[in-house]
Amino acid sequence: MTAPILSLQSVSKTFFLAGREVRAVDDVSIDVAEGECLAIVGESGSGKSTLANMILGVYPPTAGTIAYRGTPLPARRELKHRRLIQFVQQNPLSALNPQRSVGVSLRLALDVHGIGKKSERRAEVGRLLEEVGLPASFMTRAPAALSGGQRQRVAIARALACRSEIVVLDEPTSALDVLVQARVLRLLQELRKARGLTYVFITHDLSVVRNIAERVAVFEKGRLVETGATGTIFSTPERPYTRRLIGAVPVVTDAEMALREQLTEEFTGERNESA
Amino acid sequence: MTSPTLRIDDLRLSFRTWRGLTEVLHGVSLHIRKGERVALVGESGSGKSVTARIVLGLLQELKSSRIDGVVEFEGRDLEKLSAAERHKLRGTKMSMIFQDPTTALNPVYTIGMQFREVLGRRVKGISQRQARDVATAALADVSIRDADRILASYPFQLSGGMNQRVMIAMALANEPSLLIADEPGTALDVTVQAQTLQLMRALVERHQTAVLFISHNLGVVREFADRVYVIYKGRIVEHGTAVGLFADPRHPYTRALMEAVPHITGGGIPEIDEESAAFSAPMAVHEGCAEPGASA
Amino acid sequence: MRRALFILLRNPLSLIGIILVAVVVLSALSADFLTPFPADRGAAVHFELANQPPDWPHIFGTDLVGRDLFSRIIFAYRISLFLGVVVLAIAVPVGVTIGLVAGYFGGWIEFLLMRITDVFLSIPPLVLAMSIMGVLAPTLTNGMLAVTAMWWPWYTRLVYNLARSEKEEGYVLAAEIIGASKPHILFREILPNCVPAILTKMTLDMGFVILIVSSLSFLGLGVQPPTPDLGSMVAEGAGYMPDSWWLTVFPGLAILFAVFGFNLLGDALRELLGVEQ
Ligand SMILES: Nc1ncnc2c1ncn2[C@@H]1O[C@H](COP(=O)(O)OP(=O)(O)OP(=O)(O)O)[C@@H](O)[C@H]1O
Ligand SMILES: Nc1ncnc2c1ncn2[C@@H]1O[C@H](COP(=O)(O)OP(=O)(O)OP(=O)(O)O)[C@@H](O)[C@H]1O
Ligand SMILES: [Mg+2]
Ligand SMILES: [Mg+2]
Repeated sequence: MTAPILSLQSVSKTFFLAGREVRAVDDVSIDVAEGECLAIVGESGSGKSTLANMILGVYPPTAGTIAYRGTPLPARRELKHRRLIQFVQQNPLSALNPQRSVGVSLRLALDVHGIGKKSERRAEVGRLLEEVGLPASFMTRAPAALSGGQRQRVAIARALACRSEIVVLDEPTSALDVLVQARVLRLLQELRKARGLTYVFITHDLSVVRNIAERVAVFEKGRLVETGATGTIFSTPERPYTRRLIGAVPVVTDAEMALREQLTEEFTGERNESA
Repeated sequence: MTSPTLRIDDLRLSFRTWRGLTEVLHGVSLHIRKGERVALVGESGSGKSVTARIVLGLLQELKSSRIDGVVEFEGRDLEKLSAAERHKLRGTKMSMIFQDPTTALNPVYTIGMQFREVLGRRVKGISQRQARDVATAALADVSIRDADRILASYPFQLSGGMNQRVMIAMALANEPSLLIADEPGTALDVTVQAQTLQLMRALVERHQTAVLFISHNLGVVREFADRVYVIYKGRIVEHGTAVGLFADPRHPYTRALMEAVPHITGGGIPEIDEESAAFSAPMAVHEGCAEPGASA
Repeated sequence: MRRALFILLRNPLSLIGIILVAVVVLSALSADFLTPFPADRGAAVHFELANQPPDWPHIFGTDLVGRDLFSRIIFAYRISLFLGVVVLAIAVPVGVTIGLVAGYFGGWIEFLLMRITDVFLSIPPLVLAMSIMGVLAPTLTNGMLAVTAMWWPWYTRLVYNLARSEKEEGYVLAAEIIGASKPHILFREILPNCVPAILTKMTLDMGFVILIVSSLSFLGLGVQPPTPDLGSMVAEGAGYMPDSWWLTVFPGLAILFAVFGFNLLGDALRELLGVEQ
């Protein structure tokens, strides 16, 4: 078997807040296979974003190692590491610099990593925009002239610009309304197929996970409590916490309602037994 | 028959901007009876929040807005009330829950002080003891037992979910007859959102409060509403009971909205058209869902 | 552009501000052609005309040695504006850079830079300028030096606060993760978002610099005779009040006119650029 593209070993992160220790991520080990979409789910404050920030090299882990194809990544990332792992964040409003045009924002990644000839970069920006389903003419626009969904597309294009292999998506669609969310998710799916990307997809919305991820990792208070193939997690979740997450998803069809009720019934049943 | 708690008839709204006049609502009609939970669903920018703000009498004070149509609250035409009278209604007979509870609460006052201010709107000069008792009872309603600690806290010292419950307790403390909930909890995670909905549902049922529930997600609406209006670009495109609408969505836009919600039973991410001509099809009204007082 | 007009015209005060500033700037620029007695800007002496009340052709009257007050006021504008531009041209880049660095890097760098800034801010501006001028000779260059030394900390404060909130924005994180250099993040990402606030403050400050330079000259520490300066004119005339009222009143009004104009324009810009206070 080939080595996983990304592998986390006993990774922890402790923050010190007003003299108190916060274990945001607590001894997490997980491998991400090349080309897969791994979903990381959990309640607010369970440490999902902290994990993402460590993978991205925003700050190093307090303990443990993060390795790319078997080689540990240093605490201070070099340019060649930065190029491999890019991200898309939750808030489309702040993701793009309001004072710079879309084209200028996209070009940054090309300039920093010296991708392509200078004269060709403009055309490359146009190609990137088209790849995420926007007209190339959008490069002269200010972010303020774009809708939330369009901004998120630009942010995705930026993550692709330096030809990264791994994209960390931290709640990329939570701030969008359902119609726009569906379109952006579809785009992400298509891009993954076309470019052979690996996704680490962070969200608290399990209905999104069900439809986009191959594997799910459930976080509770900084710990990894359950991992498994998406199908298995949804049909036979082991932890009550996972069931609670699934039970909280708003649903529209009767089939979903039935699934949810089945899961929560089992859950309440078990709880009554143990009580 | 008594008049509905809220009746909106042919509401039009435009804004004067530097680009000229832009029309945002093109004749919206809806009504909510006592104790009824009615949802207004539509995508971002379709005009949900502005409708809510007109009902609350907030947009009337904006110089650049132009409003036409009837908004009746408990049989009284809001247009005929003075700004001061509208102000008196807010927070007493009508109240509101916002999208993001942490920003809706004032960070520089404790929850207790904010509660007292809210209660003071109904009972002038309410004493500190009285206010604390009422607040404690209201917090108990939203399953907060250690009321003393919460009342002494500042909003940023509480979690988002806790703030959301405090907001609900405050909004219902004066026993309003109309509650407007504008995407409550979308700023929070799904478990908190689910909790919020359950709590709100139980409370409004007990107090017989009429609710206007605003959302962009039909899944959330299904959990909560009795009746649903779907709004698209400032027009109501479908109106039906929640049961009827989910069993038989008739308008193409409603169907698109329904499809867009990812299912926990799987099925992949649907392909959603950008704007479709079919979305401007005429309004679909389900049986028995006519507007009161409509002549046709 | 239409949006700009819409906002400006909605508020008549903005329009007044633009007109006042335009009058001051244009008259200062074209002082050589506009003034009836351009030679009076220097050490000219016409004792036969000394101390005359306003009348034609000396519409603001004449000073103690017979120079046309109107001409001298216009030339004084030129000096004041020139001083203002020079002071801001030095103070703003210095203050902005320090503020950006302190706000973005945080930690001990922030601590050190902001304590230094606080020390400068805690000294009353005039006292600081006067003490510098006390040590150095009271020349025009030293005057500008003094005013500059007390001006940059305000820009540091302003930009420091802005940078601290901007650095939490997603686009800064995105640039860091792409691997952009620190200078790029400071000057290309964060700085453009501070420009509206800086511009607004600069406009307001033009008025204040004029006022401060006038105050220094009033105290005999700024612009030295025979160069015309509004502050020194007010100071000179003050001894001859109320009989020769024009000696004080017109230069005083001229200061007011300019300061008021820049203030109104600054407020208009604030609204136009959406700067929060
Ligand atoms: N820079 C920091 N300093 C101190 N504590 C932090 C910091 N970042 C995160 N934390 C704490 O670490 C814990 C995990 O936070 P994190 O942001 O990773 O949660 P999350 O799972 O992403 O939640 P959400 O769904 O709300 O985004 C929280 O208790 C948070 O308060
Ligand atoms: N004060 C205002 N001046 C000008 N236009 C406005 C104003 N307030 C709202 N609008 C416009 O009215 C339209 C409807 O806005 P509204 O806030 O009601 O949307 P919404 O349906 O609540 O969307 P969301 O789901 O994003 O909250 C938008 O196109 C908006 O730009
Ligand atoms: Mg997070
Ligand atoms: Mg809204």
